[in-house]
Amino acid sequence: METLHDGTETPHEEAFELPRVITGTHGPEEGAGAGTPWPDDVPPEQDDSWYPLKDDPRKARRMEYLIAALWMVTGGCGVGLMICYWTGGQAQVEGALLASAFGCLGAGLVLWARYLLPGQDVVGSRGEHYSELEERAAVVASLSRGTDAMMSRRGFLVKKVLVPVGGIFGIAAVWPLASLGPRYGRALYHTAWYPGARLVDQFGRPIKASDVEVDGVLTVFPEGHADPNTPQNAMSPAVLLNIGGALMHERKINQGFEVKSGGNGLVCFSKICTHAGCAVTLFNVLSMQLVCPCHQSTFDILEDCRPVFGPAPRPLPQLHLGVRPDGYLFAVSDFVEPVGPGFWDRGGPA
Amino acid sequence: MSTVAERSAARKRALLEEKVLDELDDRLGSSKWLRSALDKVFPDHWSFMVGEIAMYSFVILIVTGVYLALFYSPSSAVVVYHGPYRPLDGQKMTQAFESVVNLSFSVRAGLVMRQAHHWAANIFLAAVAFHMGRVFFTGAFRKPRELNWTIGLTLLIVAMLEGFSGYSLPDDLLSGSGLRVVFSIIQSIPFVGVWLAFTLWGGAFPGTSVFFTRLFVIHEFLFPLILLGLLGAHLGMLWHQKHTDFPGPGKTEHNIVGSRLWPQYAVKSAALLTFIAAVIFGLGGFVQINPIWVYGPYNPARGSAGTQPDWYVGWLDGALRLWPHWEFRSFGHEIANPFFPGILLPGIVFTAMYAWPAIDRRLFADYGEHNLLDRPRDKPLRTAVGVAALFFFADLTVASATDLIGNALNVSFELLIEILQYGSFVAPIVAGVVAYKVCVLLQVQNAHPIQRPVGGVMVRDARGAFHTLGAEHAHAAPEGNGHEAAADSEETALEAAGGEPAPG
Repeated sequence: METLHDGTETPHEEAFELPRVITGTHGPEEGAGAGTPWPDDVPPEQDDSWYPLKDDPRKARRMEYLIAALWMVTGGCGVGLMICYWTGGQAQVEGALLASAFGCLGAGLVLWARYLLPGQDVVGSRGEHYSELEERAAVVASLSRGTDAMMSRRGFLVKKVLVPVGGIFGIAAVWPLASLGPRYGRALYHTAWYPGARLVDQFGRPIKASDVEVDGVLTVFPEGHADPNTPQNAMSPAVLLNIGGALMHERKINQGFEVKSGGNGLVCFSKICTHAGCAVTLFNVLSMQLVCPCHQSTFDILEDCRPVFGPAPRPLPQLHLGVRPDGYLFAVSDFVEPVGPGFWDRGGPA
Repeated sequence: MSTVAERSAARKRALLEEKVLDELDDRLGSSKWLRSALDKVFPDHWSFMVGEIAMYSFVILIVTGVYLALFYSPSSAVVVYHGPYRPLDGQKMTQAFESVVNLSFSVRAGLVMRQAHHWAANIFLAAVAFHMGRVFFTGAFRKPRELNWTIGLTLLIVAMLEGFSGYSLPDDLLSGSGLRVVFSIIQSIPFVGVWLAFTLWGGAFPGTSVFFTRLFVIHEFLFPLILLGLLGAHLGMLWHQKHTDFPGPGKTEHNIVGSRLWPQYAVKSAALLTFIAAVIFGLGGFVQINPIWVYGPYNPARGSAGTQPDWYVGWLDGALRLWPHWEFRSFGHEIANPFFPGILLPGIVFTAMYAWPAIDRRLFADYGEHNLLDRPRDKPLRTAVGVAALFFFADLTVASATDLIGNALNVSFELLIEILQYGSFVAPIVAGVVAYKVCVLLQVQNAHPIQRPVGGVMVRDARGAFHTLGAEHAHAAPEGNGHEAAADSEETALEAAGGEPAPG
């Protein structure tokens, strides 16, 4: 195959060139195209006025009618589009009209190009895309002349002054980037939960321990922060689950953050996945698992939401619950560890 | 044939053209360049159209995008919706979400424009990826075109980012989850991750009021500008270096066979633009895409099964699903889980792609210049690497839909994920080995993978006439180099078709 890629070996090429239908000559010397490019793209003497229907005027005439008909459909579709727009618009009709208009326009163009326009199988020269050696030498000379004049005896100006100054000024120039965002400080260590915060639902209504049935699940927020669509509140949504008294005793891992009353056993975990921060919204009551819909991280509720499948590396942090004398649930404190996905400074084992 | 009237019209036209070109040349000296431009020859092969498909979908993206930008509101201010879409009536949402619902339902032609824009984006990325595959498998990136490979790859990356930023603008539940994941990925970068994420979002997730303004500026100004600049450079280089072509009858390293820019290629190319417009607007009118009113506005406490990004981000989402639950902690610091599939993997993949022309040169000890393309079979190693990469991407992309596939096949997603985890190693290796063997086999048999070889061996006698020696000699050909055989069968086909050039 190398013989073909290397254009200097011509025997094969000669053999290939002849049978092809070419509407003109091949080059300055018949058959010796390789290595002797034309000065321009296409040999000037190439006659390419031929097109497929040139010798059949009747067929050509019919083709003209066909193309005209297709383009008239495009015009008709244009009128249709205006009427459609005028009468209030309708997505499917607009789609159909636009598709027909463009489709017919294109079909006409293709038929025109294919049957009525000359120019198939023209042989052009590639020419040279690179410069002659003298030109390369000349550009090097020009460059050196300038750099020599700048650098000889005054190189220190560039090396010792301009480069460091440019560096400092460059840093100063990007310094305002710092005002794009606030200093993050300990922002990722805290949520909107605070000691004594009552658990409220998405409408801000406080939750009583008796509000959630066994196997029930409810998304809860700290009182006063029920809208999670803010940077302050986005990490605080939590899942409140009633897993019943019996299962409460079977838990293999147990931090003691739950609330028990009679047959009820309430636990509350961060709803923000420790993998990539999605809301862990799927609850499988049969296996007592929470599943994240984004990447299928699976947490075992009976092991204090230890991850048992998927990419999540850490358990969902648990909220320490308490019950007030009036029956309302509250958080004893904020989550004791950072909520959600990991980051460089998080550090330490979970 | 022509009538007197036609002849006089042609004369008038010629005079006008002459006048316009003269005036231009007086000022710009444009004739020399224009002449070579109009006469420029472009080779015809269906696979060379794919890059054009990408370019023209980009044109449609700009046109529809400008229309959408006239109605979109990059604001996270909370409003209550009261509009024609009743299910959302009375719901609180950001102004960004509301403006997208409004431009879909209350602005005439808005829905078609929006859906066409989204379809065009998916088609654009598909065409770019396919085009890149074509360039890879045929070795079109070799000298002198390595620089253009680099620009093309940068175009692909910026196009992915552009697509994702646009997908995120409506602030719906689906795209909000995507932004949440991206925030987590950026946050996972060692040293600077949290600072970078807070800097981009203007604060903690989901960002302050500046976030959608920034996303909008990035999507409709910054990235399109970069894309336009890179596209200009891409086409400029193509124009200067001229297009590659497959080896074949009459084609050498020094000539180029095809149609002239004016008129045939220009008209055909315009036709391609209109066909792409027809497909995209047809899809925009008839095939629903990204119905954000079904997903609802974003809320960090909500989510839904079936959370998939647009197709071109699928492989990264799949990687996030397949990467095990590992993260690394020591000295009070940690490299969080999403860093590995979300930053390291694309980093390695794109670095390898940037480096490929250099790797390829050394691999095949081929530092020469090439204008004629390789057939994939003639470089089995490169083809095997490419096929392996495609299977790797396919495995990851399938992984991004584990929940949907599990549901459809009634298989647990756990099983699917485990299969695909092994598959991400096994599938590329097996596919690469098979591809290598197939290439070698095709070389030996000189066969087209889907066409039966035509005729036998062509010989040319002293007078230049061609004769077919018959099929019994075809088996004597294996020591030939493959190109010859392909050329032979094409020539035979030429003869059979009465001298019409065979396509391709």
